Amino acid sequence: MDIVVVQLLNSLLYAAVLFLIAGGLSLVYGVMRIVNLAHGSLFALGAFVMAWLVGRLSVVLPPALLIGLLPVAAAAVALTGMVIEPTLLRPLYARAEEYQLLMTFGVLLVLEDVMRLIWGPTPLSASTLWGSFGSSTILGSQYPTYNLLVIGIGLLAAVVLWALIYRTRFGVIVRATSQDRRMASALGVNVSTVYVQAFAIGCLMAGLAGAVVVPIQGAVLGMGVDALVLSFVVVVIGGLGSLEGAAAGAFIVAIVRTLAISFFPELELAALYLIAAVVLITRPSGLFAHQ
Amino acid sequence: MKAMTLRYVPARLGAPALWLVPLALLLVAVPYVMAPYQTLLLSYGLVMAVAALGFNLLLGHTGLLSFGHAAFFGAAAYTAGFIVKYAGLTSMEAFLGGGMLSGAIIAALFGVISVGYTRIFFSILTLALSQVLWSLAFKFFWITGGTDGIRVPTPMLLGGVIPEPADKVVFLAHQYYYYVLVVFAVSTGLMWLMVNSPFGKSLAAIRDNEVRAEFVGVRVRVHRWIVFVVSGIFTGIAGALWAPLNGLATPDALYWPFSGEIVFMAVLGGLRSFAGPIVGAVVFNYLKTYAVGRTEYWQLLLGAVLIVLVLVMPEGILGTLARAARRVRGRN
Repeated sequence: MDIVVVQLLNSLLYAAVLFLIAGGLSLVYGVMRIVNLAHGSLFALGAFVMAWLVGRLSVVLPPALLIGLLPVAAAAVALTGMVIEPTLLRPLYARAEEYQLLMTFGVLLVLEDVMRLIWGPTPLSASTLWGSFGSSTILGSQYPTYNLLVIGIGLLAAVVLWALIYRTRFGVIVRATSQDRRMASALGVNVSTVYVQAFAIGCLMAGLAGAVVVPIQGAVLGMGVDALVLSFVVVVIGGLGSLEGAAAGAFIVAIVRTLAISFFPELELAALYLIAAVVLITRPSGLFAHQ
Repeated sequence: MKAMTLRYVPARLGAPALWLVPLALLLVAVPYVMAPYQTLLLSYGLVMAVAALGFNLLLGHTGLLSFGHAAFFGAAAYTAGFIVKYAGLTSMEAFLGGGMLSGAIIAALFGVISVGYTRIFFSILTLALSQVLWSLAFKFFWITGGTDGIRVPTPMLLGGVIPEPADKVVFLAHQYYYYVLVVFAVSTGLMWLMVNSPFGKSLAAIRDNEVRAEFVGVRVRVHRWIVFVVSGIFTGIAGALWAPLNGLATPDALYWPFSGEIVFMAVLGGLRSFAGPIVGAVVFNYLKTYAVGRTEYWQLLLGAVLIVLVLVMPEGILGTLARAARRVRGRN
């Protein structure tokens, strides 16, 4: 019984992180029609910034207060995004999408090495934060409190994002731009501003995902590239450009992965791709596609 | 429907012999005039040129951007390793045959799933599918050697007709270089014939307007699938040639950033011209070797080059040269 509860919570934890990453990827695609190959690296950037901040400030701040650094790290990534979009992506909107994909691949290469340049090749840890929360008892099982917190953050992010997109004026503008860029522009929407904002929110989500994950598993080089490929699986299952799809896809991937790891670890990734392939063959545009 | 802005313009070679013959002579002379290390570098470039040609059959000629060509390349390299390890054969022809076969089989499978999609979805799908192979190479380490990979020793060329020097570097810089050169020339010739055949024209029709091509009677999906398989075979040839040169088949050759490098090569040379990927592959290889030798942060350098390339030179080396030539001619 214990093991089931723990595995279920692990799935939820994994789903929360995956939703944050894939949701950002999907949002950026939904609004700007760009698949950002550097998205995983932005997630890694969030992790490294968080680990670095924790390492710096753990001597002055009580460990529990370090949780306040999460939004700081996420904001740093969002700022990076606000620099990348106008300088590197904006010149390419009129071009064939091959070039957009290549540009983000170039950004990926640069970001990966910049992180290595700044923080070196050794993994960074922020486990003091994780440890300071101790563990709680849930349904008779011990589970790290910090992990529960991350699950909560994931849920909260989903709710906030949903409200932002479907319940605010800003959301109306974003959805209008996403459906018809020219019409939105003709109606007086400043498309460039919407693009910067959407890209920044996507980056914020990736950065937050990296920041919440680093106290649990540390920051290593290459984590971004792995995360990117996993979030591709999520959006392929859920439907590219759909937030509901990202949430559903994250759950499916998280549960399948947890099951696969306990029963046939060799096929962990292959099982995920198999599911993605099945979804693609039966529901070509994903489970929750808009079009 | 958004018009594709990629247009393949068949290179009008005024008199091909005028520059093809000296170029061929130059390539043949390389092992005699250049240091073995330089010859080796060029071999790598020519091998990658075959892969980039195969890749560009999809992108430049048919309008499909694959981000999963590492699958065909890496699988061919592993096939060579398996042939040595499990069949005890070191024949280069067996490597080539195995590479073509593995490329064809994997492309046929991946193709069934992915050719129904175009644009970004095709790219993501090919990327995801190639990652399956990569993860398998990692997880089934008792077969594939895991991160260490599989050793691929110096092969026997043409069943031993060619005498082989004991020294590996001498072998690679002479006999093996010529072997690569011949395979490269044959592959390039075949590719040129295909692109300029009626089949090639129908591919261009698909690329330029899928709907119209369908109306004219081109079976778009079937054509795409065939092209995907052919592209896989070419990339498989490259992987088989690469394995003995590298001496190892490693998971890196299956990893998707390697697919990105193949895309990089094609764009660097120029997608719109037939020879673009060849030039791009050779130049990229020198660029990467230089960057890796110069700095620990070679990815940074390559990424920066790619970003600048996309921003200011989207037509690649050959496209930019052609435009410059047109401008000079226009002035006179």
